[in-house]
Amino acid sequence: MAVEFDGGVVVGADSRTTTGSYIANRVTDKLTKVADYIYCCRSGSAADTQAVSDIVSYHLDFLQSETQEPPLVRTAAHLFKGMCYQYRDQLSAGIICAGWDKKDGGQVYSIPIGGMCVQQPFAIGGSGSTYIYGYVDSVFKTGMTQEECMKFVTNSLALAMMRDGSSGGVIRLAIITQKGVERKVIVGSDIPRFYEG
Amino acid sequence: MAAPCEMIRDLAFWKNGPEPGKIYNFSGSSTTSCANARQRTMQPTTTGTSVLGIKFNGGVMLAADMLGSYGSLARFRGISRVMKVNDCTVLAASGDYADFQYIKSTIEQKIIDDECLDDGFNHNPKSIFSWLTRVLYYRRSKFDPLWNVCVVGGLNEGEPFLGYVDKIGIAYEASIVATGFGQYVALPMLREIVEKKPNLTQDEAREALIKCLKILFYRDARSFNKFEIVVVTKDGALVEEPQSAETNWEVAHSVVGFN
Repeated sequence: MAVEFDGGVVVGADSRTTTGSYIANRVTDKLTKVADYIYCCRSGSAADTQAVSDIVSYHLDFLQSETQEPPLVRTAAHLFKGMCYQYRDQLSAGIICAGWDKKDGGQVYSIPIGGMCVQQPFAIGGSGSTYIYGYVDSVFKTGMTQEECMKFVTNSLALAMMRDGSSGGVIRLAIITQKGVERKVIVGSDIPRFYEG
Repeated sequence: MAAPCEMIRDLAFWKNGPEPGKIYNFSGSSTTSCANARQRTMQPTTTGTSVLGIKFNGGVMLAADMLGSYGSLARFRGISRVMKVNDCTVLAASGDYADFQYIKSTIEQKIIDDECLDDGFNHNPKSIFSWLTRVLYYRRSKFDPLWNVCVVGGLNEGEPFLGYVDKIGIAYEASIVATGFGQYVALPMLREIVEKKPNLTQDEAREALIKCLKILFYRDARSFNKFEIVVVTKDGALVEEPQSAETNWEVAHSVVGFN
């Protein structure tokens, strides 16, 4: 999940990778750096998304050497899109590309399966996202502060993790602003609890 | 005496495997019999529903809602399915949104090339229509379609132009076009309106489209009440601001139970 605010973005993800119903990794880091100020949230096939983000990261690094400037978030998103669209029949990758750049500030781009690319104020993805469409629609408002965004992401992920068997573990957050990237991990009893039936 | 293939089947080397002399269908949506493993007829993922188009006196008007459906999920509720090609041409598409984005960026590059060439010749609705038909038919023939149904509209040398192109390369021109659910719901309504008054004004055309979009919102489960209208007149092409149709649910009050 990623949310844009004035000055940056908050990206968040759970930490569960499954092979069928076995949890192969319960502390995965699904928030992958592709550039100093650009991260991507990976969902779908772990192999596919790792491969694609490695390649995009390489291209962005090359671009940075050529232009002597940090890459734009839009550029990263379109690189993801290019790959996900061209190889759409072989890939199973849902990616949210978010970050900060000097030109347009905080931005969130959604690149779902199929390879389209669309900018949104916030984006959710992955198997757990289906359970929280109603929640995010009811809570989201424009003009939230960084702290409000963090709470929004944390609560949404917590709810999804409680309902989706393929989601769980810890909540990883990354706050990307002009100042840099601040990473946080929310574990155990710090994860918000709601009605548990 | 059993036939040779029956005898071979009786030997039962394997179950559910390739049968000698028969073509084996690997799992997935592909059913091609060619040796080329790259051929495939894909599944669309994020899709757009109906597109409507109507000619009026002095121009052409297209309309499409702003929804990208992910199966039955109304996932992207603010995407534009129309594009302004240049001042005399517009295009709208239903079907796979990623393929529409590909078509859009290819056409945008063509227009940039036009501007660079600066030879006085620019793409017009007929040429975009013709090109799109060829591309869509070519991809269909490779069993790798661009999963879209496109509507091309505009002013071709001053004359209103409206065309429909399918993902299998069916293409035709008409004074009213619709894709998807629109073919069943909107086309009959538009036909009635146009038969009564063949030369519509711009406002009458807009009213007709909005009426159809309203009914589509009532009846199409993959529609959304937020749409864009794009108009082409001699003054140019304009993608209007997103708007919604007024819906009337009064009839609900007179329905009780199910008998």
